[in-house]
Amino acid sequence: MKKLQNTLYITQPDVYLSLDGDNVVLLKEQEKLGRVPLHNLESIVAFGYTGASPALMGYCADNNVSLLFLTMNGRFLARVTGESRGNVILRKKQYALSEDETKSARIARNFIIGKIYNHKWILERTTRDYPLRVNVEQFKEASQQLSALILEVRNCEQLDRLRGFEGQAAITYNKLFDSMILQQKEDFQFHLRSRRPPLDNVNAMLSFSYTLLAHDTASALEAVGLDSYVGFLHRDRPGRVSLALDLMEELRGVMADKFVLTQINKKLVSKEDFVKKENGAVIMTDEARKRFLTAWQNRKQEKITHPYLGEKISWGLVPHAQALLLARHLRNDLDEYPPFLWK
Amino acid sequence: MAYSDDDDALMLSGIQHFHFCKRQWALIHIEQQWAEDFRTIEGQHLHRNADQPFTREKRGDKLVVRAMPVKSRQLGITGICDVVEFIRDNSGVEINGAEGKYVAYPVEYKRGKPKLEDIDVLQLTAQAMCLEEMLLCDVRTGYIFYNEIKHRIEVPLTDELKLKVGSILEEMQDYYRRGYTPKVRTGAFCESCSLQHICLPKLMNKQTVKSYVEGKIRE
Repeated sequence: MKKLQNTLYITQPDVYLSLDGDNVVLLKEQEKLGRVPLHNLESIVAFGYTGASPALMGYCADNNVSLLFLTMNGRFLARVTGESRGNVILRKKQYALSEDETKSARIARNFIIGKIYNHKWILERTTRDYPLRVNVEQFKEASQQLSALILEVRNCEQLDRLRGFEGQAAITYNKLFDSMILQQKEDFQFHLRSRRPPLDNVNAMLSFSYTLLAHDTASALEAVGLDSYVGFLHRDRPGRVSLALDLMEELRGVMADKFVLTQINKKLVSKEDFVKKENGAVIMTDEARKRFLTAWQNRKQEKITHPYLGEKISWGLVPHAQALLLARHLRNDLDEYPPFLWK
Repeated sequence: MAYSDDDDALMLSGIQHFHFCKRQWALIHIEQQWAEDFRTIEGQHLHRNADQPFTREKRGDKLVVRAMPVKSRQLGITGICDVVEFIRDNSGVEINGAEGKYVAYPVEYKRGKPKLEDIDVLQLTAQAMCLEEMLLCDVRTGYIFYNEIKHRIEVPLTDELKLKVGSILEEMQDYYRRGYTPKVRTGAFCESCSLQHICLPKLMNKQTVKSYVEGKIRE
């Protein structure tokens, strides 16, 4: 597997990015804040209304460094995409399959299997790690329900039914999400997923981590030559990275939810890190966002053994590995798409 | 079979990739994937010396041409000869812009040293076949310059080699038409391949995904 490279996060809204040789230079009011060699970077994520020079954009596009602009709250603004890497045959196959509902469903169901399987094992682990803190019986029951749903999904060849199973699984899992918050209960609770805007602290963190994951996933897909906008489960909608969302399904639980739970349970965040706006929207403070990003980066460096490849890789490369496996399936090297089944 | 459309011509240098590993060739030439490593960069550097298309040296009876584009409709390939030496010889053919008759000798530049396998020889043979077709002549000898030993070795371009190139190219054309990336036997040589992170050679001997998924979900 390739080496995991760094992501440069720009969290100050008034920093301008420019190119100098093979370095990105960070400028604030004409003053140099720092420079970072680009060959160590996998991507640059800029929060807020910063700018970047066309020369830097060109360099990034040429050298497969993804460059992404988000609003201060993490909402997608723009991505710099270069001449797509020439894998035309792969893309045509992707488009052809996405037109075929049954074939799309056969790929999509493995995304969903991955999602439910990973959620199931998050619940199972919680009962193992905290048998005295959670209602084990309730967790076991939910786990069995998820197992049953996986078997249904395995035989399902219809996208609508798949979405139905996925919805049921989400209800079962979300019901227990709050029980997995074991510290700071008065400040961190989960009742309902809310987004655009997130209405509580937990949702604010979930939204932010999903944004980061979606970016990593979309970049991984583009880097292996797939079109991140054409999905199998998520259908086409202008501006939506449907395939990235597809691939993210199986990674949400293990890469984002668990991360957020750890932040709360290890008291790495506190209520002071959040601000509630007049309309009820909750946003993270700049300071908290910075800490969150550092922790996210550190988490990406941690190693795991990939369940299908059997190879030790860092968590940060999981989206890349899955994108590569998906591409190899589309090119007929693999009989199915192997989801990331983690426990 | 003749290939009339120049756009469909395969890259001559691909014969090397194909001979090293059919899958590596398909990943580069069909799937258009490429990963640089130190070997590919070193190769580019070496070729910079030979790659001077606008110089043409004349030394006595010898005319040296660098970076000469060649193609063969018959084989459906196109490429560049690092160097072609034309040596004045009455058994040769007339060439554009020079007096008298000449015999052509392709010279290929390689990093490294001579190999046991005829991987470099096949590429040289294909270049010779292009020259034969374009100049209507016979090309029976070529040279390969190896950077590590700093001198060239003479290569007889036999009919047998030319037949072999013909049949390799037929297989390449077939894969190319079908857009097919073959699976191959893997081995220690995969370690020296710059595309190993894209190819995932270990996948070739893996259990099916079906049994992976079903094994996991029934645990």
